[in-house]
Amino acid sequence: MLKYIFKRILMLIPVLIGVSIIVFLIMRVFSPDPAPIVLGQHATQEAVEVWRQANGLNDPIYLQYFHYITGALTGDLGISYYTKMPVTKEIFARFPATIELALVAIMLASFFGILIGVISAVKKNSIFDNAGMFIALIGVSMPIFWLGILLIIFFSGTLHWLPSSGRIDPLLQPLDITGFYLIDSLVTNNMDGFKDAFRHLVLPASALAMYSMAIIARMTRSSMLETLQQDFIRTARAKGISEGRVIIRHALRNGLIPIVTVIGLQLGSLLGGAVLTETVFSWPGIGAYTVACILKSDFPVVQGVVLLIASIFVLVNLIVDVFYAFLDPRIKYSKKEV
Amino acid sequence: MLLEVKNLRTEFKLKRGTVRAVDDVSFTIDKGEILAIVGESGSGKSVTSLSLMGLIQKPGGVAGGEILFKSQDLTKLSQKELQQIRGNKISMIFQEPMTSLNPVWRIKDQIMENIMTHMKISKKEALARTVEMLDTVGIPSPAERANDYPHQMSGGMRQRVMTAMALSCEPDLLIADEPTTALDVTIQAQILELLYQMREKFNMAVLLITHDLGVVYEAADRVIVMYCGKIVEEADVKTLFEHPQHPYTVGLLQSIPQIDNESDEHLYMIKGMVPNPLHMPPGCSFSDRCDRCMERCTKEMPELQEINGHKVRCFLYDKAEEGELSAK
Repeated sequence: MLKYIFKRILMLIPVLIGVSIIVFLIMRVFSPDPAPIVLGQHATQEAVEVWRQANGLNDPIYLQYFHYITGALTGDLGISYYTKMPVTKEIFARFPATIELALVAIMLASFFGILIGVISAVKKNSIFDNAGMFIALIGVSMPIFWLGILLIIFFSGTLHWLPSSGRIDPLLQPLDITGFYLIDSLVTNNMDGFKDAFRHLVLPASALAMYSMAIIARMTRSSMLETLQQDFIRTARAKGISEGRVIIRHALRNGLIPIVTVIGLQLGSLLGGAVLTETVFSWPGIGAYTVACILKSDFPVVQGVVLLIASIFVLVNLIVDVFYAFLDPRIKYSKKEV
Repeated sequence: MLLEVKNLRTEFKLKRGTVRAVDDVSFTIDKGEILAIVGESGSGKSVTSLSLMGLIQKPGGVAGGEILFKSQDLTKLSQKELQQIRGNKISMIFQEPMTSLNPVWRIKDQIMENIMTHMKISKKEALARTVEMLDTVGIPSPAERANDYPHQMSGGMRQRVMTAMALSCEPDLLIADEPTTALDVTIQAQILELLYQMREKFNMAVLLITHDLGVVYEAADRVIVMYCGKIVEEADVKTLFEHPQHPYTVGLLQSIPQIDNESDEHLYMIKGMVPNPLHMPPGCSFSDRCDRCMERCTKEMPELQEINGHKVRCFLYDKAEEGELSAK
């Protein structure tokens, strides 16, 4: 198993090289020249030339890539054209917010998605099934930004229950230890901060979870419908165990693999930053920031973020694959046992 | 009398109409007896067994009749009450040993689940009992194999595991639904032998569902032949094989290949197909395939009549003289 994990991590290298080349080329081919954006519309031709020279943009493109990738290998992703801060710092200032939001959202989505999916499958064609699948249909088809705005209008506007934007009340902000406010406020015993951070999370996480929940619910339903037809389910019933146990311990346990797969894919894409949700809720995450940087042609930042997101996506999928072996004893990643 | 089934009817309500998969079936099983139910696919034999267990899934269900198990009517029990009987007093083994065990659970956990559902004993005792049961059904080094997953075992081994699981609470009645169909001939004999031994050991009754007349001849005490959800003939095994009465039973017996038959004749076949359950022939359901069909057969369904313990549902024997079944 360790050998397998090691092999998979090695395979990350070609993926990252490929991703970095593609992003590098796309940015340089399709993005407008950053110099006038950075220096302003009225910058002189000389100033632009000086700036381009200083940032290496006049070198041949393969040389530019070579400089970039050798820097990246030593952990230096360059410096943002605008803030003049190292890209790594820029990313790590925002990434915890995105991870926190994504993890809470995926937990919500998994819990409710699996719940709806199981009920729909067990009560197939009943009113519960129809209601569940109707919710799922809304989930996949409703634009997140619109759902977000509705949630804000209702829960913060009309009811005044929850805050509409930001991560936390600045007065309650905990010491920066991990960057996850829920954890930081807990370890510093800042209970008010924890509560406030949690209240800020509810709306964006719910809006973000809706789509993933719908996908998970549909996958759970179809996986459960298939598993419930299997012979071993009849065996389990013949043992005289309760129907609830048959459904959870036997059917759901066996139907988990496709469900875990979609949860992994969803988590991967949520970690890539939810641009619309972050924008609607003014969430200081990586998604909205990256889009802003793309529009401003901030090459180093965009390249850095895409590399990071690609690595995370691959790693999440690796974790899912490793998890398969625990879910199904028939899956083995070493050669010895087949 | 251990089990008495009276006028059992099981129906499936489909969009295109209602299928009566088991139609007015009555039979009894004594303590320690092996009763075989024989029939083609679709004859209702498996549905009969699942009805006894209360395991018919929607849109199906028992629509009438009584299932008296130790004088208690199982059709009147709630699912909760049935759960206390299933796997405990009545247990079942299935046709497909390859798929009937949960692939992601260890063997021991599956058997222990059955034991701990019905017996108030500790986990340790349940494990000891599991290993003992695996030993009883002839699994070598049972303590180690108990940790295996189903995919690490052969089909024959898995059927032994199924048997161990079904017997783990010492049932009074074991329903074996085609227990040997998916297995090699040599393994078939072993599993039948195992059922035989277990019957002796636990003094339980066995309801053997099969389409294999060879298995019936070897194992059963008494045989019921089913066709299209109805019992067409019932007799003890010797009588049935030596003096089959119903044309369907006769056809079934003639279609067994005889290894010592050296003639070039083709193997006998019952002509036609099992009728569509939604479009049964108006009279006897076997009438359109019967070699000896009479006009009356296409109009009315004959009753099951009993002469000297031999029951048959056919007009050929309608005017049978007392004490003797003879064809007209």
